[in-house]
Amino acid sequence: MFDFQIKENNTVFDVVIVGSGAGGGMAAHELTKAGAKVCVLEAGQPFDPADPKNITQLKWPYESPRRGAGTTRPFGDFDAAYGGWEIEGEPYTRAAGTKFDWFRSRMVGGRTNHWGRISLRFGPDDFRRKSIDGLGDDWPIGYDDVKPYYDRLDKMVGIFGTVEGLRNEPDGIFLPPPKQRLHELMLQKSNKRLGIPTIPSRLSILTKPINNDRGQCFYCNQCGRSCQAYADFSSSSVLIKPALKTGNLTMITYAMAREVLTDPTTGLATGVSYVSTLDMQEYTVRGKIVILAASAGETARLLLNSKSARFPQGLGNSSGIVGRYINDSTGASRSAIIPALFDRKRYNEDGVGGMHVYTPWWGDNKKLDFARGYHIEYWGGMGMPAYGFGWGIEGINGSFPTREGITKAAGGYGASLKDDYRRFYGAYVGMAGRGEPIPLESNYCEIDPNVVDKFGIPVLRFHYKWSEHEINQAKHMQDTFEQIIHELGGIALGAKPGADRNYGLEDPGKIIHEVGTARMGNDPNKSVLNKHCQAHDVKNLFVADAAPFVSQGDKNATWTIMALSMRTSEYIINEVKKKNL
Amino acid sequence: MKRRDYLKNIGFTSLGMAVLGPEVKAAELLEQQKPIKKGAKVASAKSDDIKIPGGRTKDEAIRDAKLMAEKFFTEHEMKTITILVDIIIPADGKSGSASQAGVPAFIEFIAKDRPSEFKTPLRGGLRWLDSQSIKRFSKDFVGITPQQRIEIVEDIAYPANAKPQFSQGVSFFSLMRNLTATGFFSSEMGIKDIGYEGNRPNQWDGVPEDVLKQYGLSYE
Repeated sequence: MFDFQIKENNTVFDVVIVGSGAGGGMAAHELTKAGAKVCVLEAGQPFDPADPKNITQLKWPYESPRRGAGTTRPFGDFDAAYGGWEIEGEPYTRAAGTKFDWFRSRMVGGRTNHWGRISLRFGPDDFRRKSIDGLGDDWPIGYDDVKPYYDRLDKMVGIFGTVEGLRNEPDGIFLPPPKQRLHELMLQKSNKRLGIPTIPSRLSILTKPINNDRGQCFYCNQCGRSCQAYADFSSSSVLIKPALKTGNLTMITYAMAREVLTDPTTGLATGVSYVSTLDMQEYTVRGKIVILAASAGETARLLLNSKSARFPQGLGNSSGIVGRYINDSTGASRSAIIPALFDRKRYNEDGVGGMHVYTPWWGDNKKLDFARGYHIEYWGGMGMPAYGFGWGIEGINGSFPTREGITKAAGGYGASLKDDYRRFYGAYVGMAGRGEPIPLESNYCEIDPNVVDKFGIPVLRFHYKWSEHEINQAKHMQDTFEQIIHELGGIALGAKPGADRNYGLEDPGKIIHEVGTARMGNDPNKSVLNKHCQAHDVKNLFVADAAPFVSQGDKNATWTIMALSMRTSEYIINEVKKKNL
Repeated sequence: MKRRDYLKNIGFTSLGMAVLGPEVKAAELLEQQKPIKKGAKVASAKSDDIKIPGGRTKDEAIRDAKLMAEKFFTEHEMKTITILVDIIIPADGKSGSASQAGVPAFIEFIAKDRPSEFKTPLRGGLRWLDSQSIKRFSKDFVGITPQQRIEIVEDIAYPANAKPQFSQGVSFFSLMRNLTATGFFSSEMGIKDIGYEGNRPNQWDGVPEDVLKQYGLSYE
């Protein structure tokens, strides 16, 4: 029988954190180190990249019956994300005529176990876009407020890169970067002629050891599978594991948060109620301080679902801004084949997991028909074959003469076809733009009045439409990709996406950089959190994921999530010392 | 310590966390390692006695076992698939054929794994091929001579040149070509053939000197 009795835990923790990803992991790390008794609720299962139960690193495609296809995991059988855009029993909805895809990882460390490790600092301009172009809003803090935390983060977590002195791409404290692969050297050379900067990537991967707890990169190119030597940043291995070692962390997995509990008299948060996904029982955990770090989407959902007589619009939502301004990076891509690389010499060029070079934004938006920039990521090389290898050769092998100079009919079969795959191996490159959107109040998530998930928790309904700025930006990406491919001596593959397809602009949510659902600000009527990521309405409630972001730059969010979480944790420690909390 | 021994030790520690320092671990990995083969096929699809292979979640293991236990293609269909994949990727001086690399079994699995994408196009395509064969030679595709098979394949293997009446056959053959290439080159045999040299711990120190020279490039 289903027993709906709520099981209370008698312990009152100093801090209860919802979520164990980049933000929750960092808060747990910092607060347990300071001596606080912390409880972390994680909706998913335990995960340690060094546990043989979890390891997929160094497996071969033929160890998967589907050869690594993305049937059950969107990024393939070996990817370290248990979840995806669709999770059985955990739906979300979209308002008619709008789009949003919501990626969730149900595991300790969340999405940091498989992420791209692209660790870019926001630049000075990224905190004050409204002052520059009049759109959106400025942050209540600037680069100088966050810089000390970025510096600490670089040293603590480890990141490689090069000092470039670019004004809005602040340099960090870098480990040496890996040398470029062949196609990356070619791209640097040809992009230089176009005036498109192409510099070493900045990824949180250890090209040198930084402490005794983590190993050094051994260049298998598989960071997406999470590293058993802990040589890349995952919250599970780099933050949660040391936090557990302090003895101050109680980690509760399979705990799907239902709502934040409050005291009707004081209006303060008193804890969190959750459903155990193992036994389907209801539990509560009590804390003096509550930090939400469940992801921008889940944090908004929790706040909106935490309704009471005192907080009828949901917790921390007297402004009505919770859920508003959700925004994801823009994304568009193109691939190409480079005839100069046909029949190339074989050697191991796996390198680190991800590109060794990238293009930071180089344009001047004042002269363009879109307001914000984008960066370009590259791929290519002699990668490990897997599901999808060789697909669509009938679109290619008729276009290039054989070694003997014979032009064949496209498609075919037999020994000559078999040889084509060998000839074209390692000759493909691809590139993808990742851009900054304009955060809009009209893009939002709210609670769907009619739908609950399998735990009976009301779900999110998304309303999201791209504006002209994002569409024009995608057009610029496509034009740039063609230039880059042409200058590289490559042949672009597939048709160039035109206006009918929004220039290949991915649907919102597809880039998995959603931010902004509980934004910071100085005005409590226009923001949810103050400049310390503390709720305007509830002083012992904080947010430590990407929900506080006022905008997202063309930088991936993770490094800033962690710097802000570190900063918020420090603020909490000081406020507790001062007895303000 | 041998890799096998420390893997065993890891299993006995609390929280499933490695006892060894990651440096030791990385050093161990740097030794040339043979990949650990996935365990034998799970015979039963029952969820209570499921064996969960490393790297899979319980739900995935249950689903995989269920698919493994199912049979989709008939014996006749599997015979036809085997003939076709070897026409597409035959043995040559460098490596074996698609069927020798296990491609038919991969196609059987992927059809069950992604049913809406593959089941009907493959089953229907195989029927199309047999009906074409019967029309021309009064026997199904398995029953005709290798020369007669090539006669049909020639009509459907070149999308840009094919006659309109063969368009469905062209689509089917293109799908078979894709699945065969993916299945072959992601097999142990195919990976060796294509010359992929990675998926092993190493120290990346840039593009080899002779390759840099070949392309007129350098590290400044």
